[in-house]
Amino acid sequence: MHPLLRLLACVALSMAVIGAACGGGASEESTAAKTAAPVTNPVDPATASAITGVVTLQGTPPSSPPINMSSDPYCMKPGAATTPAFVVSDGGLENVFVYVKDGLGTVKFPVPTKPVVLDQKGCTYDPHVFGIQVGQSLDIVNSDETLHNVHALPKANREFNRGQGLKGIKSTTTFTVPEVMVPFKCDVHKWMNAWVGVVEHPFYAVSGKAGAFALAGLPPGTYTIEAWHEKLGVQTQQVTIGAKESKNISFIFKV
Amino acid sequence: MLYLFAMLVAAFTGILIFAGGLVTSTESGLSVPDWPNTYGYFMFFFPLEKMVGGIRYEHTHRLIASTVGFLILVLAAWLWRAETRRWVRRLGYLALAAVITQGVLGGITVLWYLPDPISIAHASLAQIVFCLTMTIALVTSPGWKRAYATNGPAPDDLMLQRVAAVTTGLIYLQIVVGATMRHTGAGLAIPDFPLMFGQLIPPHWDSKIAIHFAHRAGALIVSLAILATTGHVLYHHRSRSELRRPALLLLALLATQVTLGALTVLSKKEFIINSLHVVTGASVLVTSLVLTLRAHRARFASEVRRADASASADTRIGRLAGDHA
Repeated sequence: MHPLLRLLACVALSMAVIGAACGGGASEESTAAKTAAPVTNPVDPATASAITGVVTLQGTPPSSPPINMSSDPYCMKPGAATTPAFVVSDGGLENVFVYVKDGLGTVKFPVPTKPVVLDQKGCTYDPHVFGIQVGQSLDIVNSDETLHNVHALPKANREFNRGQGLKGIKSTTTFTVPEVMVPFKCDVHKWMNAWVGVVEHPFYAVSGKAGAFALAGLPPGTYTIEAWHEKLGVQTQQVTIGAKESKNISFIFKV
Repeated sequence: MLYLFAMLVAAFTGILIFAGGLVTSTESGLSVPDWPNTYGYFMFFFPLEKMVGGIRYEHTHRLIASTVGFLILVLAAWLWRAETRRWVRRLGYLALAAVITQGVLGGITVLWYLPDPISIAHASLAQIVFCLTMTIALVTSPGWKRAYATNGPAPDDLMLQRVAAVTTGLIYLQIVVGATMRHTGAGLAIPDFPLMFGQLIPPHWDSKIAIHFAHRAGALIVSLAILATTGHVLYHHRSRSELRRPALLLLALLATQVTLGALTVLSKKEFIINSLHVVTGASVLVTSLVLTLRAHRARFASEVRRADASASADTRIGRLAGDHA
């Protein structure tokens, strides 16, 4: 073989080895998930319980001035969006990720086939805070007529940064290990950020209007429930629920 | 002409460093996720109207970098064709290799999500490229070629040669520490100035505070070194304009740089101030390098003698240069 060809072959082989070594992550795991036996829901509906509650904010939230979107003329169109970190309605704090942190043991739950959608709309992420199960598809969509890059910065999962230059473009990804929370950001538009809580089960919620949340379909047991807020940190509490019981709890964040 | 072109290349390299500073200061390094393409476009065909937000900084940096790469390629080719001194031709090849490496580092730092070591290496090598282009501009200049003969023989001042060389080395080290501070997010690890958490020495430490402190301590050391060099020049060689001018410029740049460093902290890293701090640091480095090389000019005396011999032997074609050593 010609020495130059031999050199090129060595380079190609090295790149393939490096690629295989560094590749890992989502695609391999998703292949494994596809080949694994399907998991049925282990919770008996006859005994399923629920934890509901509200997240409230004590004190005056920082003011949320309109975001300066002047760096992209397109983004100026939708109107004056404000930072979604402190959204308070009826005394309740929205965008708090509440989930079962501990207490489910090693029980496996089926991965939903319906993907979670993260949209880029009006140069903001929608939703701002959301949850997803390990292995569940996340469809990232660009509904804007401008460019975005979707940059996930996990610590346990694999970082990615994808450009979405056209309206309607969609890319799909999965997370391979639990991680609360994984931040998303757009490096083109500094104000754009979102957070996803990656968990191994379906017992998570994001507080909505009046700070309300609900974790339904839980088996009886004692659980550690954690509430996460992007600026105010985390709070946890222990909750014990019996069969067909519904318990109401509350989290109070102070500013 | 070659000298003027080399100056142009050096100037573009300085602009490129400023553009790179803007990318880091605006945290736009990953706003274009692909490389060497830009959002799937061939770099030079990327539509102007799509240059929004952070893309403006990152893509502009790539365009200027490509221009500098091309200019250095032309410079290296020009040196290869027209330069008689082998070591100067080699400087051209070295600059070309450095700028290619720099481009690759810039690419992989994007593709690998800005790992600190690669980003720091990218920032540090940029200074080397700037130094190389400035050195080429200097040694192809008419003043260098005639060895500043209008002022008499170049001084062979060993003390000046040493202190200037040490100063240049210290400035480079300081820039590397600065790059480390920028890329590890330690720029505001100490949030006040001139004190540190209200004291002369930080009351508590972590890795970022240590890096930031090292940069401030480095600034003090570099300032003393520059004062020593310029003081020596102004005391012993005031009449030699080729040494006095860069010395005075160095003093002015030092004052500007220290001010910009303070303002960077006090303005909480306002991106223009921050970027000016980067490019002024690079200017301090190359000015000190020019002073150092001119201080060492006497070592190239044989070059002058040979040039003179060559010129007298071949006056018909008016050839002035000539040293293959």
